[in-house]
This record gives sequence, structure tokens and C-alpha cells, in this order.
Amino acid sequence: LHAMNTVVAQLQRRFQDYLVSLYQQGFLDNQFTELRKLQDEGTPDFVAEVVSLFFDDCSKLINSMSRSLERPENVDFKQVDSGVHQLKGSSSSVGARRVKNVCISFKECCDVQNREGCLRCLQQVDYEYKMLKTKLQDLFNLEQQIVQAGGAIPQVNIN
Amino acid sequence: VQGSRLNLKISAMVMAAEPQFHVLAVDDSLFDRKLIERLLQKASCQVTTVDSGYKALEFLGLREGVEINDPDAVSTSPVIHQEVEVNLIITDYCMPSMTGYDLLKEVKESSACKNIPVVIMSSENVPARISRCLEEGAEEFFLKPVRLADLNKLKPHMMKTKLKNQKLEEIETPSKDESGTVAAVVEPEVKNLTEI
Repeated sequence: LHAMNTVVAQLQRRFQDYLVSLYQQGFLDNQFTELRKLQDEGTPDFVAEVVSLFFDDCSKLINSMSRSLERPENVDFKQVDSGVHQLKGSSSSVGARRVKNVCISFKECCDVQNREGCLRCLQQVDYEYKMLKTKLQDLFNLEQQIVQAGGAIPQVNIN
Repeated sequence: VQGSRLNLKISAMVMAAEPQFHVLAVDDSLFDRKLIERLLQKASCQVTTVDSGYKALEFLGLREGVEINDPDAVSTSPVIHQEVEVNLIITDYCMPSMTGYDLLKEVKESSACKNIPVVIMSSENVPARISRCLEEGAEEFFLKPVRLADLNKLKPHMMKTKLKNQKLEEIETPSKDESGTVAAVVEPEVKNLTEI
């Protein structure tokens, strides 16, 4: 029993350290903390579901914006602006800080109809969301391991 | 005696555990609907979510400004939701075809629903937009992402309509005392319960 407790404690420690590092490296901000607060025993998959919806949105929006930016002589900046607006909104609601910050630059490029700038931002947003997706997958895996070992997910306080 | 019975009912309801508020949430984004739904559930509210202003009007028993009781209205929606009490409408501002502002106007212009408090949400901080909505009768304007703390501000607004509806019910089904006279309408007040 003591051995089991140590395993759980170790996993909880790893989880906590990993989550804190994601905040420190700027991947997440305190909106993610707010999301975790909304999860409870009755809704244990809430954060994972919401995050999954967010990544689906990212993928769809990036594809459509890419199409709009494709032909230099015929860029639909209105469509791109709409996509960036949605992406900025959802990344903000999820706590995806780096993605949100790219969206801010992206919007500026769109406002001045800078196609090159938009393409760079598009590439960056694609990179950032995929990076975050990997990181959060690792986090959820740690969570799962804790639960399977019979432990509780720690409430992590970020300052 | 009749007045105190009404007061007792109100008192009992106020003192009872957390009354169930029913909120209608409107947002075209699935992601945002999921979020607002969870927030509202966490704030102990019953939630109905719809993805457009039109669906919201349908749910409220209004349809493009035409009330469901109008015999000339073409109603494609066979289900009438008027018995479902809505204590608050929370809507996104930016929605295709019908904005949150348009929905707010429709609600405030309808005799059946104008007393339902409406809250607008937006990801953009545009002061002109905010004042326009407040002037049109919105109770609050929340910047997204909306948080639990924001929703706690809504309880007093919802409580107000709940109590008003309760009072209206009492008026519509008046109780008579022994002499057969109908009870007078009284202002609800939270009295102590020694009058049982």
C-alpha cells in the first residue's frame, strides 16, 4: 500500500511540475485555470472535450484561411479577418496564450492587407496550436495515469 | 391573512435551497456554447443552448417579432414553449444573420418576454457597442471569456423575475377567505414566519 502511495505521489508531482512549466513557458494562461475549475467528478472530461473542440476549430480555420490567402492577386482578407477573429476568441477562452498572441499579430497583418505577413502568422499559428496539442496530450496522459493508480488530480495553484 | 399567505410563499422560496433558474444561452460557436453551458451549470442553473437568435425566438414562443398567439402567424414550429419559464437570456453579440443586439431588441419589444433580463457577451471591448446594448435594455455586458464570477452577478436579476412571476401567478389564481371576497394584491415582502 505504501508503494502504491509513492507511485501516486510521484505521478502527482510530475503532473504538477509539468502543468506549472506550461504556464511558465507561456503556453497557458489563467483562463486555463478557470477551465479546470469547471471540471468536477460529474464532468471529468470537460477540459479535454473543450480543448479538443478548440483544436478542431484551429485546424478548420487554418485550412480555410490558407485557401483565402493562396492566390496573391485574389486574397479574401475579409474571410481571413473573420477566421482570425474566431481563433483569437476561442484561444482566449481556452487559455492558449501563445496561439492568442500570434492571432493579435495576425489581425494587424490582416488589417493592413499584408499577405506575406498573414502567411507567416498562419504558419506560426499552425505551429503553436500543434505544439500545444502535443503538450496537453502529455498532460492528459499524466492525469489518466494518476486516476488509474487510484489518485486524485491535484488542484494546482499558479501564481 | 391572504396577504401573509403570499408573503409566506415568497419567504419560503427565498429561504429554500438555491432556486432553479433557467437560462437560455445563445451562441453560434459550438465551443462557446459548451463553455457557457458548463459555467451556468456550475452556477447551479438549468441551461438551454441554441445556436442562433432565430432559434432563441422560437424557443421563447416569439417568431421574428410575431407572437405565437397571433392567429395570422405562420408557425412552422409545432411545439409551444411558453410554459417553460426563462429567467435569463445570455447571448453572444457577433452572430451571423441575427446579432445579439437584434435579439435583445426583439425580446424587449415583445409584451410576453420584455421582462426577461438579457445579458450580452462579446470578445471585443467596443464602448459604443456596450452602451448601445445597455441603452436597449441589456442588464449586463460581459467580455469574453466569461467567468464564474461574472455569472454570480446575474443571480439578483434572475431572482427579480422569478419573484415577479410568482406574484403574477398569485394574482391569476386568487385565493378567497371565508367571506368569499377575493384577496387584495400585496407587495411581496420577506416577513418572519411567526404568522403560520
